[in-house]
Amino acid sequence: MTDDREAADAQAADARAAEERDELSAAGRLSSAPVAEQDQPEAEVVGIGVLGWLRWTWRQLTSMRVALILLFLLSLAAVPGSLIPQTAASPSKVEAWQEKHKAWVSLFDKLGMFHVYSSFWFSAIYILLFVSLVGCIIPRTWQFVGVLRARPPAAPRHLVRLPVYATWRSSADADTVLTAAHGALRKRRFRTSAAGDAISSEKGYLREFGNLLFHISLVAMLIAFAVTKLAGGQGTVIVVEGGTFSNNVTQYDDFEPSSLYTADSLKAFGFTLDGFDASFQTSGSARGEAVNFDARLSYWLGSDGKKTSGTASVNHPLQVDGDNIYLTAHGFAPVIKVTNAKGEVIYDGATPCLPQDANVTSLCTIKVTDGYVGKDGKKTQLGFSGIFAPTAEVDPVLGPRSTFPAANNPGLFITGYQGDLGMDTGIAQSVYQLDTTAMKQLKLDKTNPWKAQLHPGQGMKLPDGGTITMTGLKQWANFTVAHNPGTGSALVSSALAIIGLIGSLFVQRRRIWVRAVTGADGVTVVELAGLARSESSRIADELAEVALVLQDSAPADRDGDGTDHGEDADDDPSAEDPELTATSLSKER
Amino acid sequence: MNLAAAESVNSNLAHISNVLIYSSMAVYLFAFLAYTAEWTFGGRSRVARQSAALSARPGESVATAVAEAEAAASTAAPTVSVSVAKAGGGTTTLTRTVAAKAGKVDIVAKGDSAPPVEGAGASGGDEQADRLGRIAVSLTTLAALLQLGGVVTRGMSAGRPPWGNLYEFTCAMTLVAVMVFLGLLYSGRDVRWLGLPLMLGVLTGLGVAVTVLYAASEQLVPALHSYWLWIHVSGAMICGGALYAGAITAGMYVCKDFYEAARAEGRTKGGRWSDICERMPSAATLDKLSYRINAIVFPLWTFTIVAGAIWAESAWGHYWQWDPTETWAFITWVVYACYLHARATAGWKGRKAAVLALVAFSCYLINAYGVSIFINGVHSYAGL
Ligand code: HEM
Repeated sequence: MTDDREAADAQAADARAAEERDELSAAGRLSSAPVAEQDQPEAEVVGIGVLGWLRWTWRQLTSMRVALILLFLLSLAAVPGSLIPQTAASPSKVEAWQEKHKAWVSLFDKLGMFHVYSSFWFSAIYILLFVSLVGCIIPRTWQFVGVLRARPPAAPRHLVRLPVYATWRSSADADTVLTAAHGALRKRRFRTSAAGDAISSEKGYLREFGNLLFHISLVAMLIAFAVTKLAGGQGTVIVVEGGTFSNNVTQYDDFEPSSLYTADSLKAFGFTLDGFDASFQTSGSARGEAVNFDARLSYWLGSDGKKTSGTASVNHPLQVDGDNIYLTAHGFAPVIKVTNAKGEVIYDGATPCLPQDANVTSLCTIKVTDGYVGKDGKKTQLGFSGIFAPTAEVDPVLGPRSTFPAANNPGLFITGYQGDLGMDTGIAQSVYQLDTTAMKQLKLDKTNPWKAQLHPGQGMKLPDGGTITMTGLKQWANFTVAHNPGTGSALVSSALAIIGLIGSLFVQRRRIWVRAVTGADGVTVVELAGLARSESSRIADELAEVALVLQDSAPADRDGDGTDHGEDADDDPSAEDPELTATSLSKER
Repeated sequence: MNLAAAESVNSNLAHISNVLIYSSMAVYLFAFLAYTAEWTFGGRSRVARQSAALSARPGESVATAVAEAEAAASTAAPTVSVSVAKAGGGTTTLTRTVAAKAGKVDIVAKGDSAPPVEGAGASGGDEQADRLGRIAVSLTTLAALLQLGGVVTRGMSAGRPPWGNLYEFTCAMTLVAVMVFLGLLYSGRDVRWLGLPLMLGVLTGLGVAVTVLYAASEQLVPALHSYWLWIHVSGAMICGGALYAGAITAGMYVCKDFYEAARAEGRTKGGRWSDICERMPSAATLDKLSYRINAIVFPLWTFTIVAGAIWAESAWGHYWQWDPTETWAFITWVVYACYLHARATAGWKGRKAAVLALVAFSCYLINAYGVSIFINGVHSYAGL
């Protein structure tokens, strides 16, 4: 053989292979996934100006490769926020961190490292990803609709080249074979279509449907998050037993609004804390641990609607008018009465104390702003601070503390100050902290400070006249009232996403072709071929099952040895070439 | 104070649980040694197998499934056998029943649809090694039963699900991994080769659990008192056990794939490593298995995250607040999504995708351990 002839042969073979590949890949496209970049013509793009560049950018952005890169970037971008404290989660931790790493603060601040998940770069990544996603979903949806409306693709000319193949000779005539094949495939719920001497069939459209459902649900979920972010908000408030709260911004201890959820959007409702029930383990190693907490509420809608009763407990918020009322903490509020030297009551109320440990040893602050007159005849303010313990015990080292979280032996241990509480300075002040810079401690004499240990019903004289009495004890509960408008749709879309995902991952899309041709000798050659996504190892079995069912109407001739793979199987070198099959299969992805 | 809920703890049962966990570790150690011995002795028949394997070029992996209709004499439905012949030795037979008359039909499968050439397994066909392997499986079963007892008594001692802290989580998660492995084995799947790396992981996990993570059996911290603990945490646990298997297979796939590439180019030297690689399942099988495991886990992991968000919503009033645990669950999820995309993208299939699977599993570990131990968030889970 000369070189020339060899070259010509090779060329012919190439051309044949190329034609074959086209044919097979048309039959084999089981997914409407974008074709890999390398397959797209680049030349088209060069030198066609702005529009061309836009087209190019769009095509890049919506390609699988860019989706992959963006996904990877998204995961990387989420990392720093888990290592560096975030303002949204804990401003105090951010401050502590900034104290420690002064050199980094300004750079990190510029990069938005203290609010990573709302920083420009994090947003840029996920917005690009979702643009890419939408750019991917829309054409894929149209393609899928097209696929559903079209018939399964016609049988390729050379079925023998498909990855799974069977053939036999039968004395049944072609029509009988095709009718039987049609029935067998329909029975297996394949979509079928007959064209000429062959039947095409396809199954597993739910894969593509699931894939689209999953990706669309992701977009829906993002929209739901955005709605929550833009139109959600929450506030927290401490309510003492018997106390009333109405959903108004002035009543909150703390209110976190958002762009579309402001003081004006608060729904009109209110509630009274009728009572608070707590029960605890009274014995064993878990003594003192809570068994349950229930806040009994009566709530009403509107400004003065009918009262309904309900409970809010841990993990079980109370739903009122679409908002959720969460019980987030509880504690005690001793009822304190203070009188001045004239016997006038200048302070009377339940004062919530903040718990410090599991046994509810709490810090208490009582501020008496008006009505007290000191020894010198001048008006002055009073401040008391100290510890409240529901089950009080005085530890020689640690001082007063609580040994059990329930009010078995409540005690209040306080000292007092007089002077200026500093509440007129204009600087917001916590009700739970006493600023003693402009105050003097109350003293019994030159050296001993005034101290009081009160139990319910007990009172003490103040050094400058007047009394302080603990008249009773109440409990308080801390509530978070949250308005999360997107929650429902986020939940529905995540459920749909999971359902879609299951379809997308576990349904196999596959095709089976059956061809039957009766020759001049009256013998019918039956050919079956199958094609599936590479993850399916079942296609050979499935084809075998169909072949066996067909034996009823088109039994294989006994004399035919069944190893004849069609006319051109033996003379075609590429027929057995796994390379060819591999390329045509991978092209679809 | 925090709102907490608890029940009293039975310290007797907690003690029994500890003893059972330690015993299971001892038995796992023996199982580990037995698997190692299987791999070692299985190498004895190396020379014979190598010459067989070298003569089976990858191009010949085109296999033939023969559907043979055996015509039965009369009315009885004849059986039809579909046998899948494997190049390089070994035959699997699938049998079906069908009412067929006669004839013999060949089903030819090639390329991705053809059954790949499998390795001979850890024992390499050596009888003694095979016996060691079977002993190893029995020991694994015994150890798993002991561990199951340990986990159950732990749960009973506190009257709640036995995964309330990181120690319990690790015990339960490794148990799930072993039970899945045994389940596959007893359902007739040939996965004994997973035994050795699995034992390594289980022993490491339990070792870390009893030394670093140990926490006395106690009541639950406040927010954990919810039925979501059953749903969310057990989801995370099952995912962990399965993802570990997915990661092992992905790692083995990378090894075997390098080896097969080298063999195709005739670069294999035939040393101990070649021998081990030779006995592993084929790269294609490992790749598929790894994909299947990860693909099955992905929806479950998605569900776990969603369940966590629902729980967070009812416990804290926010379904998502970028707490470090949530963040790493999200990162893990996104990297697994990357992996699935990579598998579907022509240029990223194979080794690159496998590396992504390994990265994704590291993210899972960071999420379960790194975050709980080193970073403090709202999740008060570690019990450390
Ligand atoms: C928001 C981030 C995204 C996530 C979390 C995600 C997740 C997934 C997952 C888990 C799969 C596997 C299901 C399967 O194999 O059928 C998948 C498949 C797929 N995704 Fe995405 N995806 C995202 C964005 C995108 C984008 C932006 C595109 C388009 C450029 C895209 C295109 C595809 C395609 C075409 C498939 C199917 C591949 C196949 O034919 O099997 N995805 N995606």
